[in-house]
Amino acid sequence: WDETHFGKMGSYYINRTFFFDVHPPLGKMLIGLAGYLSGYDGTFPFQKPGDRYEQHNYVGMRGFCAFLGSCLVPFAYLTVLELSKSLPAALLTAFILIFDTGCITLSQYILLDPILMFFLLGAVLSMVKCNSCADRPFSASWWFWLSLTGVNLAGAMGVKFVGLFVVLLVGLNTIYDLWDLLGNLSLSLVVFGKHLLARVLCLILLPLALYTAMFAVHFTVLNKSGPGDGFFSSAFQSQLIGNNLYNVSVPEHLAYGSVVTMKNLRMAGGYLHSHWHLYPEGIGARQQQVTAYLHKDLNNLWIIKKHDSDTADLSDPSSPVEFVRHGDIIRLEHKETSRNLHSHQHEAPLTRKHFQVTGYGINGTGDSNDFWQIEVVGRKAGKLIKVLRSQVRLTHVATGCILGSSGKTLPKWGWEQVEVTCTPYLKETPNSLWNFEDHINPKLPNISLDVLKPSFAEILLESHMVMIRGNSGLKPKDNEVTSKPWHWPINYQGLRFSGVNETDYRVYLLGNPVIWWLNLVSIGLYLLMAVSTAVTLKRGVQLTSELKELSRVVLRGGGQITLGWLLHYLPFFMMGRVLYFHHYFPAMLFSSMLTGITWDTLLKFCAGFLSPSPTARRVYGGGFLTLVLLIMYSFYLFHPLSYGMIGPMASDPSSPMAGLRWMDSWEF
Amino acid sequence: MLGFLKNPVVITAEINMNLMALIVMGLISRLWGLSYPRAVVFDEVYYGQFVSLYMKRIFFVDDSGPPFGHMLLALGGYLGGFDGNFLWNRIGAEYSMNVPVWSLRLLPALAGALCVPLAYQILVELQFSHCAALGAALLILLENSLITQSRFMLLESILIFFILLAVLSYLKFYNLQRHSSFSGSWWFWLLLTGVACSCAVGVKYMGLFTYMLLLAVAGLHFWHMIGDQNLSNVSLMCHFLARGLALIIIPVAIYLSFFYVHLTLLYRSGPHDQIMTSAFQASLEGGLARITQGQPLEVAYGSQITLRNVLGKPMQCWLHSHKNTYPIRYENGRGSSHQQQVTCYPFKDVNNWWIVKDPGMQQLVVSNPPRPVRHGHIVQLVHGITTRYLNTHDVAAPLSPHSQEVSCYIDYNISMPAQNLWRVEIVNRESDTDVWKTILSEVRFVHVNTSAVLKASGFIGASLPEWGYRQLEVVGEKMSKGYHQSMVWNVEEHRYGKSQEQKEREVELHSPTQMDISKNLSFMAKFTELQWKILTLKNEDTEHKYSSSALDWITMDTNIAYWLHPTSGAQIHLLGNVATWTSANVAALVYMCLSLWYLIRRRRKIYDIPEDAWQLWVSAGGICVGGWAVNYLPFFLMEKTLFLYHYLPALTFQILLVPIVLQHLSDHLCRSLLLKSMFSALIIAWFSSVYLVYCTFSPVTYGEPSLSVTELKDLRWKDSWNILIRKQ
Repeated sequence: WDETHFGKMGSYYINRTFFFDVHPPLGKMLIGLAGYLSGYDGTFPFQKPGDRYEQHNYVGMRGFCAFLGSCLVPFAYLTVLELSKSLPAALLTAFILIFDTGCITLSQYILLDPILMFFLLGAVLSMVKCNSCADRPFSASWWFWLSLTGVNLAGAMGVKFVGLFVVLLVGLNTIYDLWDLLGNLSLSLVVFGKHLLARVLCLILLPLALYTAMFAVHFTVLNKSGPGDGFFSSAFQSQLIGNNLYNVSVPEHLAYGSVVTMKNLRMAGGYLHSHWHLYPEGIGARQQQVTAYLHKDLNNLWIIKKHDSDTADLSDPSSPVEFVRHGDIIRLEHKETSRNLHSHQHEAPLTRKHFQVTGYGINGTGDSNDFWQIEVVGRKAGKLIKVLRSQVRLTHVATGCILGSSGKTLPKWGWEQVEVTCTPYLKETPNSLWNFEDHINPKLPNISLDVLKPSFAEILLESHMVMIRGNSGLKPKDNEVTSKPWHWPINYQGLRFSGVNETDYRVYLLGNPVIWWLNLVSIGLYLLMAVSTAVTLKRGVQLTSELKELSRVVLRGGGQITLGWLLHYLPFFMMGRVLYFHHYFPAMLFSSMLTGITWDTLLKFCAGFLSPSPTARRVYGGGFLTLVLLIMYSFYLFHPLSYGMIGPMASDPSSPMAGLRWMDSWEF
Repeated sequence: MLGFLKNPVVITAEINMNLMALIVMGLISRLWGLSYPRAVVFDEVYYGQFVSLYMKRIFFVDDSGPPFGHMLLALGGYLGGFDGNFLWNRIGAEYSMNVPVWSLRLLPALAGALCVPLAYQILVELQFSHCAALGAALLILLENSLITQSRFMLLESILIFFILLAVLSYLKFYNLQRHSSFSGSWWFWLLLTGVACSCAVGVKYMGLFTYMLLLAVAGLHFWHMIGDQNLSNVSLMCHFLARGLALIIIPVAIYLSFFYVHLTLLYRSGPHDQIMTSAFQASLEGGLARITQGQPLEVAYGSQITLRNVLGKPMQCWLHSHKNTYPIRYENGRGSSHQQQVTCYPFKDVNNWWIVKDPGMQQLVVSNPPRPVRHGHIVQLVHGITTRYLNTHDVAAPLSPHSQEVSCYIDYNISMPAQNLWRVEIVNRESDTDVWKTILSEVRFVHVNTSAVLKASGFIGASLPEWGYRQLEVVGEKMSKGYHQSMVWNVEEHRYGKSQEQKEREVELHSPTQMDISKNLSFMAKFTELQWKILTLKNEDTEHKYSSSALDWITMDTNIAYWLHPTSGAQIHLLGNVATWTSANVAALVYMCLSLWYLIRRRRKIYDIPEDAWQLWVSAGGICVGGWAVNYLPFFLMEKTLFLYHYLPALTFQILLVPIVLQHLSDHLCRSLLLKSMFSALIIAWFSSVYLVYCTFSPVTYGEPSLSVTELKDLRWKDSWNILIRKQ
């Protein structure tokens, strides 16, 4: 399944070819590193799920992920222990994580999630540890945990942007902490300033530095041209070995008769492209399609001509070179098909309020709708136009609209390339700006373009913009059945990892339903407990010291964990992108920890009511034992989900799993 | 008894002349020349069509919001005797004589005018001086954008009115709380809060933000009450229940009643019918109801039916087949079974009729008594005109190669056997023995041999090429993951087949259905469906010339041209009072900085201002800054087309903050008398500048008088403003 994705990217690191992914690079770098150390040579193609690994050495990468995945258990254990000071609570949490089929499945394969969860829980653990060192600030262990929090934050951010939520959690906790310190009048302002500085240093500057360093490594390692080039701007591409822009030298100024490619300036904008296919009937005029295409292709080449005359052949050396100037009216002829870039007042295929752009005319003869005025942003009339550096706007002379790329993907008839339109709204956006990238004109002297070299900050910014755009571009298509956030906590539907047919070895990502539903109940119980405790305290009821301690655990410890759960769950309701079941797992970690704390305090409350009778201890112990046994038994029932199933599908009554298909939506 | 004989009846009336004056000024500023221009202005073209539909009692669905606002506008039309006959097609079109322009625009204008005294009252209730309250009211009065927005048939002014009313009544309620809980006026203001909130939500969903804010404030105040140890547990419980009743239960009930009235008023079928399910359509007068009226309810073996796809996107369609076969080879070289095409067809047609047949029997008529089909039964579907069986097999479908082709089986004798058994699964069944019902049951057809599910491809571009007459593709979906509407069908037209002979049957199929029983959906079922459609219906993302991003609003970098006189240069724009906007922004900034400063200082136990002044400062800021934030910030997360007028509710709250900050500054920061008088002088200067700006822009606010080109050019204070200048 997604191994194809991340395994492939691991290979890219080993092969040092540049690629593009919507997640930051750390996770894939670590996978690549693990593969490299374990002797994987990066040659396996990772074509489609279910391909056999044959002789390739993949165990290292899987082992690495599995190791990180198994670290989650001790992390969660320590966190809960620190928060509740109760061994049974910590043990319960640990049992839940050990015996949850979902966690096992997810950490067995080459995926980003075990790495993400490792850093995430690491950050939470070190934050909690640091809080408990608060009584001796600036001690060695305090510094250690504080900086470790920072390191883990950088790690979490560096694997997936979901790490942002844990940053938020730590941030809120730190603000609360500082607010507490500020109210402590025994501390002078200088001491408070020290506290503030230490936190800024460890929780902001350190992670930022690490995060940037990570990108620096990413860009140094990947210095060969690869499949991700087209997503980036021309300047960026000139950095990659093997790219045709690397160490390129082209004629500097644009001239009539030149062959050029034009790239849209929006982030991840494509090249202006056309091909022999026509727009289908019913969509504007039935003329040749013009699109934006992200990959390099011969069909991206256009010839610049004067609007009134066919410029003399390039082969004729005697004709003088005439440069294109700002404000000139030109015609763009598609090199392969000899059709002119054309627009007219038909509506564009997707953006109905824009005009359609087509290829029109035969062998360069068209009509007045083929005329475009070329303008450079921020220049005066008559100036020459520079390759790569000039930002150019093309205005359609007849209708006054501007050539732009809407960023929407055309349906099948347009080969899923990006729509190009002529927009009548004269707003200044990168969508309607272009630059010239390739430029071929034998009559002009070439100059080298080292000036173009972007700084590291620019690269960093650009790659982030591209990632964010890529992320928001992952929209669900119409009618695609997608997973909804409310499905997740109730374990509504899993994710098929491998194997479809009866004879295959099937792995299905699904949480252990007993555990998940227990978690769900615990959240409700916890809320009830927290509200009643808070109200009791607010009403000023006198409590014994034991109960006071318990209520502190409920409100402070449980509160932190609940906040974590909320932060890792609620934002998904507002996301427009495609969501998958495994996005819930970070939240699930928090909810498991909450379960441990909730049941521990609940049983203690119960035992507290019964004490001093001997049943109190029995209730407490018995309750725990029941929970643990329940969890273990359910794991015994469901373990084939993660360790693989063979045989008929569970919808078939003869399957061994048939009795376990408790919800119709499970498909194992 | 007869007490009035002993003591004279005395009525003492206290009239706050300030308030009176404000009301009068508000009315003048909003109502003056209301029926000018006598032409469709901006979004009137949008709301107007709904008013017309209300007048004609025709059902519609508007995805922009709940129906209360539309109903209020329609009330204006009703009072003015509007008959609904006007074609709302173009901004700037002249109104015909039958359109009562004045009364259509009256309600929004009244709501806008009443915002002025409301602002005054709110500041008074926040315990600020009458001078500050007067200032707030005047700022609202002189805000050009609010005037423009309330002078036309638009919803924002009504929304703002209800929002302010809700805030005011909550404040009144809270101030009464201290000394007279559970008194008559206490109940009145508490209930009014709930009512105003639900009205605000009923006008536009934006009202929800203020409702949430008030709920949060009420929750916070109640939390303080919990800490008050003088209150007994019982009285605390009573307080809690009263608030729950007034702020949650009553608003929900009122919200439901809006829909109830909406559905009662609109009982005729209309242009938006096809968005709704067949059951809903059947409940409207005319349209589908005329056809389905009197159909037999239970589908039986031998029934003749048409099957409608429940999804209804991109258009509604019915399962269809016709004589033509799939081409042997498609354009891309893949092969087909060359059997009869099965498609989904968006129009009513005799070829949409299918007959339900029992696989074990030959007859195609309904036996007496009819044997109903139940959940889990296995049936064959026979196409009425061609008498071929609905069939699917392991051949790739024409457009979706991952799914199976669905055809009507033709036996070519090429060892491709018929696979025409389908299991009927009723999706919305109550028990496993449910009968398949016309219109009401949503049914999946699961193929017995391959367990594929009959599905309309339903994505845009799924229409078949030339050979399939551009009808929509129907496939057998093998990966039947969960529930999706495209896999669910319902019977729309239905009758019991009577004729065994093919010829007679064709005649029967061509004749219209006639029989009678009526079905009625309960109100709750209709409400849930309509509400769900309103929330999920997405208009295509439209780009608009005057659309703007949320960030532009704060500095007013954008405007909206509402109307332009067809010949002269007179025009109306949505343009705010620049002085007010700027000072409101400054006030918000000052408020936040000062609060942060005070907060940190208080934490270190340094008290700059007295405790009650601090309480005042916090509660006033909580309402005003909170109101501004909840009405503004969510727009950054929204992906719909945004306009400047979406900012107006937030702006209103921000304006209320200006006098609050000013009074605080003069009370607590201007220590000396000299400073104080200087400050007052400054305020007067600033206020006259606000008035000046109002006067400058009033020609484009009221559309009168017509300005010359140079005057218009002078008004273009910002380059990004789009003032229309007629070419000479």
